[in-house]
Amino acid sequence: MHFGPHLLLAALEGLVTSAVLALTALGLSLVFGVMRVVNVAHGEFFMLGAVLAWAISTAIAGHPAVGFVAALAIAPLLVGLVALIAERLVLRRLNYNPEGTIVATIGMLYIIQQLALTFYGPEARPVEPPFSYRILLPWFGYSGYKLSVVAASAILLVITWLVLTRTKIGLIMRATQYDRETAQAFGIPVERVYAGVFAVGAMLAAIAAVLIVPISQAHYLMGQDPLLLSFIVVIIGGLGSLRGTVVAAILIGLSDGIVSMFFSPTLAKIIATLVVAMVLVFRPQGLFGTTQR
Amino acid sequence: MRDASPAKTYALHIGVIALLFALNFVLPDYHQGLFARIMALAVFAMGYNLLFGYVGLLSLGHAMFFSAGLYGAGLTVHHLGWGVPEAFIAGVACGALLALVIGLLALRTTGVAFLIVTMMFAQVFYLLILYFAAWTGGDQGLVIQQAARVVSIGGASLDLTNPTVRYMSALAMFAIVLLITLAIVRSRFGRVLVAIRENEERTKMLGYDTGANKLAAVVASGAICAASGAAYALLFGYVGSSFAGVQYSILPLLWVLLGGAATTLGPLVGTLFMYYVTDITSGFTSAYLLIVGVALILLVLFFPKGILGSIRQRWLGWLP
Repeated sequence: MHFGPHLLLAALEGLVTSAVLALTALGLSLVFGVMRVVNVAHGEFFMLGAVLAWAISTAIAGHPAVGFVAALAIAPLLVGLVALIAERLVLRRLNYNPEGTIVATIGMLYIIQQLALTFYGPEARPVEPPFSYRILLPWFGYSGYKLSVVAASAILLVITWLVLTRTKIGLIMRATQYDRETAQAFGIPVERVYAGVFAVGAMLAAIAAVLIVPISQAHYLMGQDPLLLSFIVVIIGGLGSLRGTVVAAILIGLSDGIVSMFFSPTLAKIIATLVVAMVLVFRPQGLFGTTQR
Repeated sequence: MRDASPAKTYALHIGVIALLFALNFVLPDYHQGLFARIMALAVFAMGYNLLFGYVGLLSLGHAMFFSAGLYGAGLTVHHLGWGVPEAFIAGVACGALLALVIGLLALRTTGVAFLIVTMMFAQVFYLLILYFAAWTGGDQGLVIQQAARVVSIGGASLDLTNPTVRYMSALAMFAIVLLITLAIVRSRFGRVLVAIRENEERTKMLGYDTGANKLAAVVASGAICAASGAAYALLFGYVGSSFAGVQYSILPLLWVLLGGAATTLGPLVGTLFMYYVTDITSGFTSAYLLIVGVALILLVLFFPKGILGSIRQRWLGWLP
């Protein structure tokens, strides 16, 4: 293959990564933006979504598409439920204290990871894609499913944006994000908003995982990379900024795809992490964010 | 407030050290080895406590300081054939230098950003160890030969692989670091650190250079953690990348929270407690991480002050 098609392939792969990353990071960003909680267990909600998708799709016989659609519908709901319980039992009791919640979500990370290892096992297991149509480009064939992941992610992002900016729920969320106490004084049920946001954040990660699991595989340690990458995206995009999150996800995903095709993946990770750390040190509001409150 | 009883405080610390000294002669072989390990790692927890407990800076990257010491000592012995004392000093120096650089960068941020930045620098450090696998041994690690772990002072030679020598070396380092921590905490510097934790703006307004004090705390914390890492490499003869992973950044946090943040003996109590809980439960279940997770959540929910913190609050107000 020549350089041009090679680059195109790398860019397409990067775009798929971006699509999944944008959804995952959006979940993290919502939780941080509205609740001021750094959810270290976010990657584990991602992993839980993938593992549940495997369990659901293998439990349902018949055409793979049936199992996949069932997984896409049920897995995020279950993950949302887990998040809701965690929020009720732990985060609320800590009164959303920033440091306490970090320690508590580290605890959740270990609990979810260990339970996945115990009940699911250390193997990586694939989920069959719902369809296996290949789009034939002049230079190579490309999986139609991968492109549909990008489309699905784009649709979900637009829906989230519409909900945030055009509906009453969005208005309530933004009010809570802007000033918790004033929002409460105006009769907004802040605790219910928090519970909902935490569940939705986890569900976004779970949806992203269900979408990616036919491409990569379900594994109990798969949550670590999305967590770090989501942190990176949220930081570069500016904490709590939706537009910044999407732009940063595309930027990181594309450069990850392209860089890791031409350089050693370890070196690529070292450079990327170092660059982001420096961004955080010298431009804490992110590249696109406005000044922090 | 604490100066009311300096004699009691020193008596308690000397007593703990004396007790650990006596335990060497009573403990069965297996527990003697475990205690040596616990004392070496308690130093790591003490270094973490200095920053987290007293200055209130939550770092998730202390594995890099521990492993800077680990590799600083391990690699100089393995590749350059250095003796044990020089290697130990090299390890501590590596940790202090790294802490200085990281401190200069990371202290520009506060709160959550500080946590994420330290975590990222630690991740870079971890990946660098993997990247330079030709020298570091990567995730396989390196074993330091027994012959390289013998110290000869004058005519006598001390073999660090001998259980008693190992125990006593770990105890010596533990005792020194414990007394250093106690001295820091009781000093003017220690009080400024606590003042920064309680209210940084006000401390600044009172004329203290909070930035310089915080940097000094990061360097001291990094050097102590590196001492623990260097000792671990020399005493137990193994150097590996798993010690640089994020789990080794979380463990000292757990130990400190469990024992009691901002107490001098808390790190030892927390490390001891957690090690034995893991040791006992590993007989029934392999779900070690589950215990760590549940412990973290229960601690932060019900005992945010830890074991010694709660004791200090209820009964012994003078506990440092």
